[in-house]
Amino acid sequence: MAALLEVRNLRVEFPTRRGVLTALDGVSFDIAAGEVLGVVGESGAGKSMTGAAIIGLLEPPGRIAGGEIRLDGQRIDNLPYERMRRIRGKEIGAIFQDPLTTLNPLYTVGRQLVETMQVHLGIGAAEARRRAIGWLEHVGIPAAAQRVDSYPHEFSGGMRQRVVIALALCAEPRLVVADEPTTALDVSIQAQIIALLKRLTREKGTAVMLITHDMGVIAETADRVAVMYAGRIAEIGPVREVVKHPRHPYSVGLMASIPPLDRRVERLAQIEGAMPRLSAIPPGCAFNPRCPHAFDRCRAERPELLEAGATRAACWLYDPASEKHVPESAIHG
Amino acid sequence: MFAFILSRILQALPVMLTVALISFAMFAYVGDPVAIMLGQDFTEAQRDALVRELGLDQPFFVQFAKFVVNAAQGEFGLSYRLSRPVAELIAERAPATLELAFCAAALALLVGVPMGVYTGLYRNSWLSRFFLTFSLIGVSLPTFLIGILLILIFSVWLGWLPSFGRGDVVQLGWWSTGFLTWSGIRALILPSITLGLFQLTLIMRLVRAEMLEVLRTDYIKFARARGLPNRAVHFGHALKNTLVPVITIAGLQLGAIIAFAIVTETVFQWPGMGLLFIQSVNAADIPVMAAYLLLIALVFVVINLVVDLLYYAVDPRLRVERGAVRGA
Ligand SMILES: Nc1ncnc2c1ncn2[C@@H]1O[C@H](COP(=O)(O)OP(=O)(O)OP(=O)(O)O)[C@@H](O)[C@H]1O
Ligand code: SF4
Ligand SMILES: [Mg+2]
Repeated sequence: MAALLEVRNLRVEFPTRRGVLTALDGVSFDIAAGEVLGVVGESGAGKSMTGAAIIGLLEPPGRIAGGEIRLDGQRIDNLPYERMRRIRGKEIGAIFQDPLTTLNPLYTVGRQLVETMQVHLGIGAAEARRRAIGWLEHVGIPAAAQRVDSYPHEFSGGMRQRVVIALALCAEPRLVVADEPTTALDVSIQAQIIALLKRLTREKGTAVMLITHDMGVIAETADRVAVMYAGRIAEIGPVREVVKHPRHPYSVGLMASIPPLDRRVERLAQIEGAMPRLSAIPPGCAFNPRCPHAFDRCRAERPELLEAGATRAACWLYDPASEKHVPESAIHG
Repeated sequence: MFAFILSRILQALPVMLTVALISFAMFAYVGDPVAIMLGQDFTEAQRDALVRELGLDQPFFVQFAKFVVNAAQGEFGLSYRLSRPVAELIAERAPATLELAFCAAALALLVGVPMGVYTGLYRNSWLSRFFLTFSLIGVSLPTFLIGILLILIFSVWLGWLPSFGRGDVVQLGWWSTGFLTWSGIRALILPSITLGLFQLTLIMRLVRAEMLEVLRTDYIKFARARGLPNRAVHFGHALKNTLVPVITIAGLQLGAIIAFAIVTETVFQWPGMGLLFIQSVNAADIPVMAAYLLLIALVFVVINLVVDLLYYAVDPRLRVERGAVRGA
C-alpha cells in the first residue's frame, strides 16, 4: 500500500548573496495514514523547513529545488498556489509553536473556526458556527457556547493552543504537521496538549508529523522517528528501536544526551562540537567531523540510508562493503 | 465607555488651557490693542476709558479667566481689521476650509491605503517601484511648489481647471458649499490634490510598512496554512491588523490638513480660515489669530478623541476593562 505522504529526495535551497545554501538535501521518508512520525534533531537541522515544504509555505527565497512530495500518490510540491491552497487546511493541517502569536488577535476564535470550515467544507454560517462550538468542546474549552465569541487574548496559552488544534483539525485533514506544539507552553500543560493531540488524531485517523525536542513526547506518542542532522535524515525507524537502540552515531549521541527519567546522572553525555552551518557542510557524511567512528570513506562519500537492523541509518558503518563495517550492536556505549 | 470619554475630555482640558494662555498672551505682548483701536489722536481720558472698558486695568488672572469664559462661548470680540465679530468671520470661512480638508483627506485615504496595500503585497512589481518613487516626490516637494506646478500645468498650459477661488457656491443656511455646482467641484480639484498629496504618500508608505510587518507574523502564516484564500488573508486578516497605527497617523494628518491648509489656501486664494489667518497676521489682527489658534487646538483634541474611540472599535484587546490583568 502506498503511504499517505511520500517525500522523496527533497532538496530545499536558499539563494543568498554569497551563493546558494542547501537547507534540505535528499530528505526521504513516508508517513502512513493514521501514523505519527516524530521528527527530532538539533536546532537548525531542518525540521521546520521540512514541515514548511510539505504544507507548501516555504518562506521566499527558499524553494524546493529537487525531489518530490506526494500526497496519496499525487504530487503536491509543484502545484500552483491556488491548488495548493485548497489542500492546506483541508488535506494537510498545521499546528505552530507559539499559540500566543498564531491566532489573529482581532477576530474571535469562533470567527476563525467558521471561516476555515466555510472555506473548505462548503457549509453555511449557522452550521459552521454550530460545528465551531462542537470543536471547542472537543478540544476541552469549558463553556464553549459562550467562549466561541471570545477573542484570543481572553484565553490562556494552553487554551489558545487547544483552539489552534481545533483550527488545524476542523476541516478534518488526513495529515497534520505539528511543529513543536508544546515548546512555548508551560511545562505543566505540555502533557495535556500532547494527550489531546494524540486522542483527536487517533479518533479521526489523522496522520501526524510531530516535530519536537522532547524525547519523552516522542517515546510516548510517535510510531516512528526520523532523526535529522544538517538538512539530512540521519536515521529513521520504529520509535522503540531509535530511542532504545539507535544505530547512527549521531542518534547515539542524541539519545545519550537525554536525561533518563528513572535515575539521576552526574553529567549528561554531550556530542563534541557543533552542527555545521549550511554554508560549511563537510563533504561526505555531514557528521564526520564530530563522529567518534569516522573513517576515510566518511570524508569522501555521502552515505545513503542503509538497512541497520530494525532501522535505517545514513552511516557507512552499516555498509557491508565498507572497510570498517561493524555489527550494529557494537557502537553502543 | 462614558467614563473613558469623560476622562479623555478631562485630559484635554490642560491642553486647551495652555493654548488659551498662549492666545491670551498675544493680546498682551503682540502689539497694543489700545493703541491700535484708538488710532493716532486720543486724549489720556479716552485712553483710560478704553483701558477700563477692555478690562485691561484688572489683574492678569481676572483678565485670563474672562478670556477663557468668553472663548468657551465662542466670543472673541471684534476683529481689529474688519470690525466684525470674530466668531462670525470664522463661521463664514470655515466651510471653505472644511470642504477642502475633507476632499484632501478622502483623497489621501482612498488612494493612499490601496496603494499602500498594493506596494506591500507586490513588493517587487514595477508598479510598486513606480508608486514608491512617486511617493518620494510627494514627501519631498514643498506644498506651495506642488500647488504652483499644478496651476502651471492644469490651469495655465492646459486650461482645464481654475487656478484660484471656490467657483460658485450654494448657501445652505450659514454653510456655503461648493459641492453642488460644477464650477465649485472643479475648483476643489487642484487645491485638494495639493493639500492631500503629502498625506497620501505618507499614508501609503505607512500602510506599506505595516503590511510588510504584519505579513511576516505567525497569524498570517497560520491563516495561509489553514488554506484561506488570499483575498481573506490580505484584506481581512492583514489589512485589519495594520489599521491601529494607520488610524493614529491618519487622524493626526487630518488635523495637520486643516491646520496647514494655510499654504494651499494662500496659493489658490481659497477663501478659508487659513487665508483669513494669514490676512490677520499681516494686519496684527490678534482676536482672529487667537480664535484660530484655539480652534485648531480644539480640532486636534477632538480628532484625538475620535482616534481613541476607533481603537476601541478595531482592537478588542483594548476593550479589556481598565486595571484588569490580561489572562496568562
Ligand atoms: N531565510 C533563510 N535563509 C537562509 N537560511 C535559512 C533561512 N531560514 C532558515 N534557514 C536555515 O535553514 C536551516 C533549517 O532551519 P529549520 O528552521 O528548519 O531548523 P529546525 O530544525 O526547525 O530548528 P529548531 O529546532 O531551532 O526549530 C537552519 O540552518 C537555518 O539557519
Ligand atoms: S558515516 Fe562515518 S562519519 Fe558518518 S556517522 Fe557513520 S561513521 Fe560517522
Ligand atoms: Mg523549527
